[in-house]
Amino acid sequence: MDQTTDRGRIARKKKGLLRLRQDIPDSVFSAAGIVIPVVLFLLWWAVTAMELVRPLFLPSPWSVLEEGWRQLSEGILFADASVSIYRILIGWLAATVVAVPIGILMGNYKLIEGLLEPLISTVRYMPVVALIPLSILWAGIGDGQKILILFLGTFFQQALMIMDNVKNIDLNLIRAGQTLGFTNNEILRRIILPAALPGIWDTFRITIGWTWTYLVVAELVAANAGLGRRIMDAQRYLSTDTILFGTLFIGLLGLLTDYLFKRGGRSLFKWSSQSR
Amino acid sequence: MNSLSKHAARDAKVSIVGVGKNFNVSGRDLVAIEKIDLDIGKNEFVSIVGTSGCGKSTLLNMIGGLDEPTFGEILIDGRPVNGPGRDRGFVFQTYSLFEWMTVEGNIRFALEKSTFSKAEKTELVAHFVHAVGLSGFEKAFPKQLSGGMRQRVAIARALVYKPSILLMDEPFGALDAQTRGMMQELLLQIWDDHKVTVLFVTHDVDEAIFLADRIVVLASRPGRIKKVIPIELERPRSFEVLTDPKFATYKREILADIREETLKLMAMDHS
Ligand SMILES: Nc1ncnc2c1ncn2[C@@H]1O[C@H](COP(=O)(O)OP(=O)(O)OP(=O)(O)O)[C@@H](O)[C@H]1O
Ligand SMILES: [Mg+2]
Repeated sequence: MDQTTDRGRIARKKKGLLRLRQDIPDSVFSAAGIVIPVVLFLLWWAVTAMELVRPLFLPSPWSVLEEGWRQLSEGILFADASVSIYRILIGWLAATVVAVPIGILMGNYKLIEGLLEPLISTVRYMPVVALIPLSILWAGIGDGQKILILFLGTFFQQALMIMDNVKNIDLNLIRAGQTLGFTNNEILRRIILPAALPGIWDTFRITIGWTWTYLVVAELVAANAGLGRRIMDAQRYLSTDTILFGTLFIGLLGLLTDYLFKRGGRSLFKWSSQSR
Repeated sequence: MNSLSKHAARDAKVSIVGVGKNFNVSGRDLVAIEKIDLDIGKNEFVSIVGTSGCGKSTLLNMIGGLDEPTFGEILIDGRPVNGPGRDRGFVFQTYSLFEWMTVEGNIRFALEKSTFSKAEKTELVAHFVHAVGLSGFEKAFPKQLSGGMRQRVAIARALVYKPSILLMDEPFGALDAQTRGMMQELLLQIWDDHKVTVLFVTHDVDEAIFLADRIVVLASRPGRIKKVIPIELERPRSFEVLTDPKFATYKREILADIREETLKLMAMDHS
């Protein structure tokens, strides 16, 4: 008897953590996010400590950390990171400044959607790497070219996503605005825009992540600094510890960006009923 | 039709004259409403019932000017409807509140196009917040309210600028029975205090009878009027009329009508 109640309790507990769309305690949620990285780290450490693979293929965690420390103390890391962050910010902002108005117009006016959607949907499938030669021709080999690549990698997806954000708002909000006597222009600015903003903010968060993933591609050619550049240089000398450190560091910066956007969204859109 | 609609025709607030509506569905014309003729009197409360898909929302949207009739004409105070206007207030089934505005903000937003002075607007907002029983929640955001409270904000928002017609599309559909009953009594009280003409779409026959002066039963595929039933229950009404024998008679008649329509639809689907 005791056993069955025990089993019942365990089953209930398990059900408690795995219910569709149910909140679980914050502490459990945060802890869950650490589990897999910790397991992977331990595996990595074990594999290298037992010398199951050659350091060339997989350097130990300590040598990767050492490499990080070297870059930090020599000032390389700071220099690389600031150049890259600058490029990411400008590239993403440029894409955003164009994508927001275009996405909003596409979401509201069928004609503009009809005009632009086929083009944007086609271009967004074109591989950005393939555009590197053209981007050099157009924008030279300076920062402009890197920013152009980041722009191309971000803009097209972003415009379509913002269009969807705008389309997803409740049609009755617009109708309510009409019955209250507001003009189309007022409805656009004072109802559609604020209603779509939480969704647009989520799009920002997702697309800046994509901008980060294009960093290495952007710094592939003719860059003498940058986090992506450092990784590509290391390839030539097979310094896997530099490659691994660079990759992990980009991931970390991406995580930080994501966190900032999430925090920002939470405090900007306290009123929004979509949980975030 | 009967004596009541003759009375309505004399000073009709809303006249629906030979109105039909076709929708273009993938190249084919779908007849949503075939032909509806109906006069609604000033300050009259009309409930519209009918099977799902018979065109209730379509009719209401056309009166609200949110949709255009394919045939015929809708007149308000004798003038043809040409788009939405502030003479009509709309309450949607989904609460459709502006989430980024407080309760007060939502109601005040509806007054922006009014010519009232600032002080008058503040007073009106306060009055309607109180009228729908939301005192103390002025600064709350819609997300912090229950379904019934949200719908009360929507009603206040639709009434505050003093439209003479209130169009309500299944406004209490998402509420539980208790809240629903309270909202119905509240609505009747507001209707009595503010003298508006109400068109009220519902699936709930009890609700339709409880509220209305007249009930319009729609037939479907294509949508048209099946029957108009005047409800001669005394006012003011409270929940006690629900046990009135006359109430039961009305209910039986309307349920039989709707059932007949549903059976017809099922037969159509099988052939
Ligand atoms: N925008 C539209 N495009 C095409 N068909 C439509 C459109 N709106 C409504 N219809 C069709 O018109 C008919 C009437 O729809 P309507 O929404 O008015 O029904 P209803 O009586 O309000 O139904 P319910 O009780 O389910 O809300 C339906 O057959 C529906 O499919
Ligand atoms: Mg409907």
